[in-house]
Amino acid sequence: MKKNRRKKRSLFDVINGLLVLVITVIVAYPLYFCIVASLSDPIEVGAGNTLLWVKGFTLDAYKLIVQEDQLWTGYRNTIIYTILGTLYQLVLTIPAAYIMTKEKLPFRNILSWFFFITMYISGGMIPSYMLIRDLNLLDNPLVMVVGAGVSAYNLIVTRQFFASNIHPSIYDAAYIDGAGEWKTFTAIALPLAKPIIAVMALFIGVGAWNHYYKALLYLYDKDYYPLQLVLRNILNANQLDLSNISGSGTDLANMVYRANVAQSMKYSIVMVASIPLIIAYPFLQKYFAKGVMIGSVKG
Amino acid sequence: MKSLKTKTLWKNLRRYRVLYLMILPAVASVFIFHYIPIYGVQIAFKDYRTSMGIFGSEWVGFKHFIEFFNYPYFWQILWNTISLSLINFIFFPIPVIFAIMLNELRDGKFKKVCQTITYAPHFISTVLVCSMTILFLNRQGLFNIIAQVITGGSHEAVDYMANPGVFPWAYTISGLWSELGWSTIIYIATLSGVSLELVEAAKLDGASRLQVIRYVYLPHLKPTIATLFILQVGQMLSVGFEKVFLLQNPLNMETSNVISTYVYNVGIGMQQFSYSTAIDLFNSVVNIILVLTANAVSKKLANTGLW
Repeated sequence: MKKNRRKKRSLFDVINGLLVLVITVIVAYPLYFCIVASLSDPIEVGAGNTLLWVKGFTLDAYKLIVQEDQLWTGYRNTIIYTILGTLYQLVLTIPAAYIMTKEKLPFRNILSWFFFITMYISGGMIPSYMLIRDLNLLDNPLVMVVGAGVSAYNLIVTRQFFASNIHPSIYDAAYIDGAGEWKTFTAIALPLAKPIIAVMALFIGVGAWNHYYKALLYLYDKDYYPLQLVLRNILNANQLDLSNISGSGTDLANMVYRANVAQSMKYSIVMVASIPLIIAYPFLQKYFAKGVMIGSVKG
Repeated sequence: MKSLKTKTLWKNLRRYRVLYLMILPAVASVFIFHYIPIYGVQIAFKDYRTSMGIFGSEWVGFKHFIEFFNYPYFWQILWNTISLSLINFIFFPIPVIFAIMLNELRDGKFKKVCQTITYAPHFISTVLVCSMTILFLNRQGLFNIIAQVITGGSHEAVDYMANPGVFPWAYTISGLWSELGWSTIIYIATLSGVSLELVEAAKLDGASRLQVIRYVYLPHLKPTIATLFILQVGQMLSVGFEKVFLLQNPLNMETSNVISTYVYNVGIGMQQFSYSTAIDLFNSVVNIILVLTANAVSKKLANTGLW
């Protein structure tokens, strides 16, 4: 009897499953539409014939954006900023988090608070801007790498990992063997911390890849722009140079055509910009969810 | 006795001196990039001049705050900021409901697919989310196309982003789109802590599925909901600068001009450092008051708070 009830799908299950399906489709649709529209004839997109599937398949939009040099400069800059910035943050965060777990360390509480407070109190936009200016980091690409302190949130998550996954007695064994603090850290703690280092690298890396704010405030030279700032300029400001797109017919039809081509180009830029993350995403997802979970356990 | 304590302190300090060296870079970075700007906030009460520096500039008390309160658009900016947050609150229950719905799914594979898909927008950058929003709402965009298909071609294309009434919804709905799936993680994790025995017992007592949700799952979620709610109240006046800035254009300023974008325009754009810092500080103080109030209310009503 009980077994029977468990297997039966009730009306509740059907309705609930359908609703979840509808929500999932709604969430997926905007990206799906961008893919389809970027691969379709711009006229068909404008006419509403590509709401479900590609019509008039063409790669023209992608061919046009290959010529957008600033996009590729932005790509290159972002890759450099992301790699170096992630390394910088990891080198600062991992040892600090490890040390915060040393219970006998004098002034450990003061150190904790020193970092913790920054989660709630900050100087705000303008004093930070003045500091960057005084440090000669304005319009200096270095600001994208070293222009920030350790994130207290990352520090707490990492400390939580050390505290709950590595038993202190392991370190004691190393001390008894005559290893110093530095040696204990590099030879014992670091290899055991590989999972959290991977999670942190992903957290910080994705954050750096998507970062926009600092570049907007502190960089002026277009050659230094990261991808996100270039995207914003291309996508929002109607800056596309369409002079080499040939049109035919009356001026009005020509204008509509150009507007549609520009729109298709923008869809393809959206795709090109999100492709790295879309490819990496299935691999990253479980690590990320894990990171959120470690962080939510209060330390 | 005391000397013994000092002795062990010294011993520990000596013993851990390498550790202090190892944590020094992290401490230095936080000191420079967090604490020095906090020191710089004092220019909100001064007339900052570059030649005199932060310390040497003249004190002027609350002059800049009063100037902001008397600014003709003060109430508009404040209202825009608050209303964006209020609209966000309308959407606050949606991730909770969606998490419960996901949790009720029996087919593990289907559940996993739905989760993977709905988590994905979280990884798309703010710039792209806002750009897509604008692309969909412009004259050639998806919304006009759909309207045209529905009306059979009689719909006249409009640029929705030029309409101040649309902006708050574009802002909040695009935010819901990117965070809906991701914000269910914490709720689903909490729900996995509900003991199955309790659920079985409720069922034996004749509770329907909805009643189990109402009387077993929801009470279990209450502390998590309260915590996230308080945190969101604390963010009420600090609606994210980036998203508003990215969706803003001269035609929708009537609803999109918020405190943080005003600080940016006056501070970075016009280089009025003292005045803009004062506005930012006012913003932070109000936020702290809001969090404390929300915390107190939540403690009284739900018996849970952050402190």
